[in-house]
Amino acid sequence: MSEEKEPVEVLRTPVELDYTYSAGVSASRFLRAVEQGKLLGQRCPVDGRVYFPSRGSCPQHGVPIEGEPVELSDRGTIVTFSVNRVPSENIDLELPYAAIQVLLDGADTTLFHVLGECSIDDVRMGMRVEAVWRPRDEWTISMQNIRYFKPSGEPDAPFESYQEHI
Amino acid sequence: MSEVEDSLSAPHRLAYTYKRSLGPVLGQFFTGLRDGRILGVRRADGTVMVPPKEYDPDTGEAIDEMVELADTGEVVSWAWVHEPRPSQPLDQAFAYALIRLDGADTPLLHAVDAGDESSMQTGMRVRARWSDEPVGAITDIACFEPVA
Ligand SMILES: [Zn+2]
Repeated sequence: MSEEKEPVEVLRTPVELDYTYSAGVSASRFLRAVEQGKLLGQRCPVDGRVYFPSRGSCPQHGVPIEGEPVELSDRGTIVTFSVNRVPSENIDLELPYAAIQVLLDGADTTLFHVLGECSIDDVRMGMRVEAVWRPRDEWTISMQNIRYFKPSGEPDAPFESYQEHI
Repeated sequence: MSEVEDSLSAPHRLAYTYKRSLGPVLGQFFTGLRDGRILGVRRADGTVMVPPKEYDPDTGEAIDEMVELADTGEVVSWAWVHEPRPSQPLDQAFAYALIRLDGADTPLLHAVDAGDESSMQTGMRVRARWSDEPVGAITDIACFEPVA
């Protein structure tokens, strides 16, 4: 060996798993509706709870969820949140921003999303929010069609209205 | 795969960018590979392990006496890969084999480019084919090939 070489001290061992993800009938219906700007949930036949996104079975009762989907509002209530200070490739919000769990009006399960147009000093449980959609011509079959949620300006929701969903 | 009517599907890649510190013993092993040498480690009982370990697997005693081995050896066991996947070491069908290098007492897992399954045999002699662009990884040995 002619040139002096450094000893090898580090080994890169990336793991890459390539999947073909099949959404299934229920999630596919949900995604196709999102492509049209609609948010679909589905109702459990046992207790009437509305799952969002719609899904093929109820995890609590173990029964298939059939029947017509329920269209939900794109407004809801923040039930919990955390502040994110680390950049993420697929989120184009300025740091820091809040990652939020939103209980959409009419739903009984929460949705994970991010909060824009709001200082992290103002975000709070019970805050009312609404979806900010991307421009219509950028919509795809994806929840990315909602860019983020922003404060809607409505009065806060009372704690009792979402306490079951925290 | 059973087709579900109307079901959407999309590619999904899950990737972890692991990076590990090698420590003194494996550091020497990978430095050796980059420089075209295969290093094992000698245990207190005189036997040689390759790839090396930092501790004697029986006694737990720290071991660090490196021993250079030949890049030739014998196939101890093997399995034929008919259709290699993209991440596997060779594009054409090959054997994964446990190879006991000359001078070693434990076998090393690597690929054997034998062309055809009928050319593989337990006990056959093989030699390392080195990569043209060594980086300090096990792939610095591109594969092993049969020695006539
Ligand atoms: Zn149920």
